[in-house]
Amino acid sequence: MNLPEPYRLLIFLAGTLAFVGFHAAYLVWVERKGAGRFQRRPGPTEAGYAGLLQPIADALKLLSKQVIVPPTSDAVLFRAAPMMVMAPALMCLAVIPFGETLVARKVNFGLVMVFAFGSINVMAIMLSGWASRNKYAIISAARIVSQNVAYEIPMLLVAITLLMMMGTMDLQEIVRKQAGWFWNWNLFQLAANPLMPVTFLIFYICMLAETNRAPFDMAEAESELVAGAFTEYAGMGFGVFFMAEYANVVVGCSLATILFLGGWQSPIGWLPGPWWFLAKMYFLIFCVVWVRWTFPRTQFYGLLNLSWKILIPVSLFTLVLTSVMLKLF
Amino acid sequence: MNSSSAAPFLLTLVFSVAVLTAMGGALIAVLSHRIIRSVCGLALCCLGLAGLYYFLRSPFLALMEILIYIGAVCVTIVFAVMLAEPDEPVPRAHRVGSLVWASVLAVAGVLLFWGLTRLTAQAPVTVPASRASDGSVAAIGLALLTTYGMAFEMISLVLLVAILGALAVARPGRHKP
Repeated sequence: MNLPEPYRLLIFLAGTLAFVGFHAAYLVWVERKGAGRFQRRPGPTEAGYAGLLQPIADALKLLSKQVIVPPTSDAVLFRAAPMMVMAPALMCLAVIPFGETLVARKVNFGLVMVFAFGSINVMAIMLSGWASRNKYAIISAARIVSQNVAYEIPMLLVAITLLMMMGTMDLQEIVRKQAGWFWNWNLFQLAANPLMPVTFLIFYICMLAETNRAPFDMAEAESELVAGAFTEYAGMGFGVFFMAEYANVVVGCSLATILFLGGWQSPIGWLPGPWWFLAKMYFLIFCVVWVRWTFPRTQFYGLLNLSWKILIPVSLFTLVLTSVMLKLF
Repeated sequence: MNSSSAAPFLLTLVFSVAVLTAMGGALIAVLSHRIIRSVCGLALCCLGLAGLYYFLRSPFLALMEILIYIGAVCVTIVFAVMLAEPDEPVPRAHRVGSLVWASVLAVAGVLLFWGLTRLTAQAPVTVPASRASDGSVAAIGLALLTTYGMAFEMISLVLLVAILGALAVARPGRHKP
């Protein structure tokens, strides 16, 4: 089907919005069901079968609440922050290839694009914390910056490691190079770098930290900081932050799928590509929920120590190892 | 559906949006009294510049603009400002000396801009026959380490200057109890 480019982009835009909305709503359901199961309770059961209508009820509740802007806050920035946190995640999804032809826009620098727009997220959450003029929010904003700056470094080092192996920044091309059986996936490219699974683990941990998910949810540490940077937000303002968090989780897991698990490549040559992509992505998202409800929240210095003392040296080592292996073989 | 007739209009639209974003951001950065809003203006300006780079078919440069200037410089500045000065100071009245200097610099800036624009407008415009490189990783790596080695090293200086600037701006706000 050959549509003119602007119409194709519009259709993809609508599709991306629907994708993000659906995932934001139903990942909350997955999260609550998962939390329930991990803690030996049923989770939401009342609204619809197995609580499936619960996210819609939540959305209606959030939409019907008043959006309050505190009088002492910086009103312009306070209103702008939820938009700034949502838009970059949508931009990232524009370059993620869900299938061989299912990608909104083919960009040669897809990998850089995801990281570039991912970096705006920090700024937005920080502004939301600052604009609220609330002590808890400001403490949380300061924490978020130091956390995100710390974890951005090992994540980019891992990205460079993969870039050296692949020799391209085009996400579609990266997926194509992992064609064939599952041992062709980057995760199992032990010949290029014997520490590839460790690299994947570093990427995954950094992704958890960048999206402020437990055990790294310093941004919204309920018991310490009320709701962190989002304390003053009510109604849908609060809802948008949560949508953005889940959108970022989707982007992060998609990126991990593309970089390490072969994207839309089928491991057994059966079923079309997008289904495999979604299956791999959902598995990674399930692991995010699993980690969240299994590990307790780390302390703040523990979190920074993990990044600066363990993840950065290890990722530097894998970077050097990869370049040596590439040069030798 | 004749899309070719709409193309120049769309190009002008994209160009104007990018230019207006950059200029609006720059104006916010300069005119705002609240320093955090100034940084937001700077971020907006960088976004507009990135749009211009993308418009000029340099997507790599556009993305680097976002990654380095918004993702690193602006975040560093906001962080430093936020640590140093949680409350707004009352804006001071302008002194006469600073007003004189500002007007002198403004006139000099306008003259310089006018001269540069004139020079650019008079020089013959050479349109490159094709794109400078194919945009592959190898081509970018070679270009960064050979032709643009100097600029590449200067980027690290920009970050240093950003940190120093943040310190210079934020330092007077912190006094010992």
